Amino acid sequence: MTKTLLISLLSVLFLLAMLPLEAVQAGDPTINGAGATFPYPLYSQWAYKYNQITGMKLNYQSIGSGGGIQQIKAKTVDFGASDAPLKAEELATAGLIQFPMIMGGVVPVVNVKGITGGQLKLDGETIANIYLGKITRWDDAAIKALNPGLNLPNQAIAVVRRSDGSGTTWIFTNYLAGVSSEWKEKVGADKSVAWPVGNGGKGNEGVSAYVQQLPGSIGYVEYAYALQNKMSYVQLKNKDGNYVSPSKETFMAAAANADWNNAPGYYLVLVNQPGKESWPIAGASFILVYKEQTDENKAKLMLNFFDWCFSHGAEQAIALDYVPMPENVIKMVRDTWKKDIRCQGKPVWK
Amino acid sequence: MEIGLQKANSKGSYRGDRLFRRLALCCALTIPLLMIGIVFELVRNSRLSLAQFGFGFLTSKAWNPVTQDFGALSSMYGTAVSTLIAMLIALPLGFVIALFLVELAPPRLSAFFGSAIELLAAIPSIIYGMWGLFVFAPFMSNFVQPLLGKYLDFLPLFQGPPLGIGMLTAGIILAFMILPYISSVTRDVFQMVPPVVKESAYGIGATNWEVTKAVTMRYSLRGMVGAAFLALGRALGETMAVTFVIGNNHQIAASLFASGNSIASTLANEFTEASDPIYLSALVELGLVLFLITFVFQAAAQLWLWSIKKKLA
Repeated sequence: MTKTLLISLLSVLFLLAMLPLEAVQAGDPTINGAGATFPYPLYSQWAYKYNQITGMKLNYQSIGSGGGIQQIKAKTVDFGASDAPLKAEELATAGLIQFPMIMGGVVPVVNVKGITGGQLKLDGETIANIYLGKITRWDDAAIKALNPGLNLPNQAIAVVRRSDGSGTTWIFTNYLAGVSSEWKEKVGADKSVAWPVGNGGKGNEGVSAYVQQLPGSIGYVEYAYALQNKMSYVQLKNKDGNYVSPSKETFMAAAANADWNNAPGYYLVLVNQPGKESWPIAGASFILVYKEQTDENKAKLMLNFFDWCFSHGAEQAIALDYVPMPENVIKMVRDTWKKDIRCQGKPVWK
Repeated sequence: MEIGLQKANSKGSYRGDRLFRRLALCCALTIPLLMIGIVFELVRNSRLSLAQFGFGFLTSKAWNPVTQDFGALSSMYGTAVSTLIAMLIALPLGFVIALFLVELAPPRLSAFFGSAIELLAAIPSIIYGMWGLFVFAPFMSNFVQPLLGKYLDFLPLFQGPPLGIGMLTAGIILAFMILPYISSVTRDVFQMVPPVVKESAYGIGATNWEVTKAVTMRYSLRGMVGAAFLALGRALGETMAVTFVIGNNHQIAASLFASGNSIASTLANEFTEASDPIYLSALVELGLVLFLITFVFQAAAQLWLWSIKKKLA
């Protein structure tokens, strides 16, 4: 009996002795980040590639934007990532800066018999009325008026939306609030809202599964999901009155035409942006870092990585159906680094 | 816990026993400590919401992150209804399966079914969820719900469009998930009934059913109730599978075809992206509510068992 006890005690001691070792290893130049799930596949791809080139390790935990914001505020990570930008005041109080890293677009998709991808045309007000529960059938006069050539069935519309809090919903509801004052008043825009109608699917995969299963449904998903599942996307009328299809080019047009110069802290919602080619529901995913860095070496490593992503990461981003930031925005971000990120008073990025 | 035998042992091993007893006590103490810790943390982190909504949290149907108005009623309702459906299906089915395995099936078949049940219990809940969404929900919407709607549509329970997802589907998936627990635990307790008692019952000419009713079930009552509550606990707290198929709508609808939500599914859906303090706090309070519901059920089960034991003795 005593012997077994002794052995178990010894093994516990041994395990305890292992712990500090682990901690020491974590002290290597590893950059830690946490946050949004949407860009996770891309960030880990970039980190893998960058690690092969430079040996730097990036540990990114996709715990959700809310978690990422909390972690960076608690200073447990070197950078946070959020799908929705923080307001300038919130950034200032926390001593953080943010910059857009990568973009995606939100695409309305439908499952209506006889209608294939890109055939159906909708405008913002009609979509808002569908999501408000005011338009309930596919052969409603408002939809017919936008699609004179299409044979729309006399079928109920099954509204599908996200059930979980998400950056996708944040972008989509911001779009609805932008195009419909009634939506703005009754529902508002947030990562999750009190939806007037519809069923909620968990994640993009849940929404696309619901849309594919429910006849007569309409939902909204990330561009990559619409593409990979070959879903019937909708053409949307943009701010300039043009009908556009979702694509890398129309998302980039929205970002390039957006007025970043007058958006303090890059707080910009990429919905209803001007431009002939601009897709009206796009959004950027943001990185949050401290203005005042404590470890110059680490700060440099981190910015080097982001810099490499901007200059060499576009190809991988496109391969994974993300949309790289346009050149003019990247230039602004680099200027922001130069101007704002400091370590003991000295700029970190030159 | 004094055991007389200890005194006969040599001094060395007596000390060892004492040490072992203390160690075991320390290990056992982690359970109440964990429980107290969880309650403490839940209350601490939900104090914002407790202060703002008070008792009204339990009676309010509101759930609006934009206006920051939160209530638990629709989630509590969904948890209760989905669990009830699951228990109504799984309890009788599970007991009958166990009876079949112990009393009626040939030993080989019984062994085969037994391992199949254990295999089912080991399937992760996300698999049930995916299967429920991609396979079972279309089946429900194409066959089961139209059939129920056709013959039972005078009941408000079975009205509305057959979407395939919703409260009924969630309840049935839950039933599949708790069935292995009920049947495997019940099978084990049925097997513990002393054969000699059963044989004497058969000896005086009792039928299979009479033996089951008067001997097996009577002997196993405690175990059966235990199995039921194990299953209930799992059904109340089940998260992923329910989230996939319940439709995730903060509403209370009479129809079982309509979508709803449960406490666990709300937490799974909204926890990651909730960054407002009051929102987060309301979610933690939902967790507290679930904890209390489970606790009340467990306590009631213990009390009930205790009263039965007294009656039987």
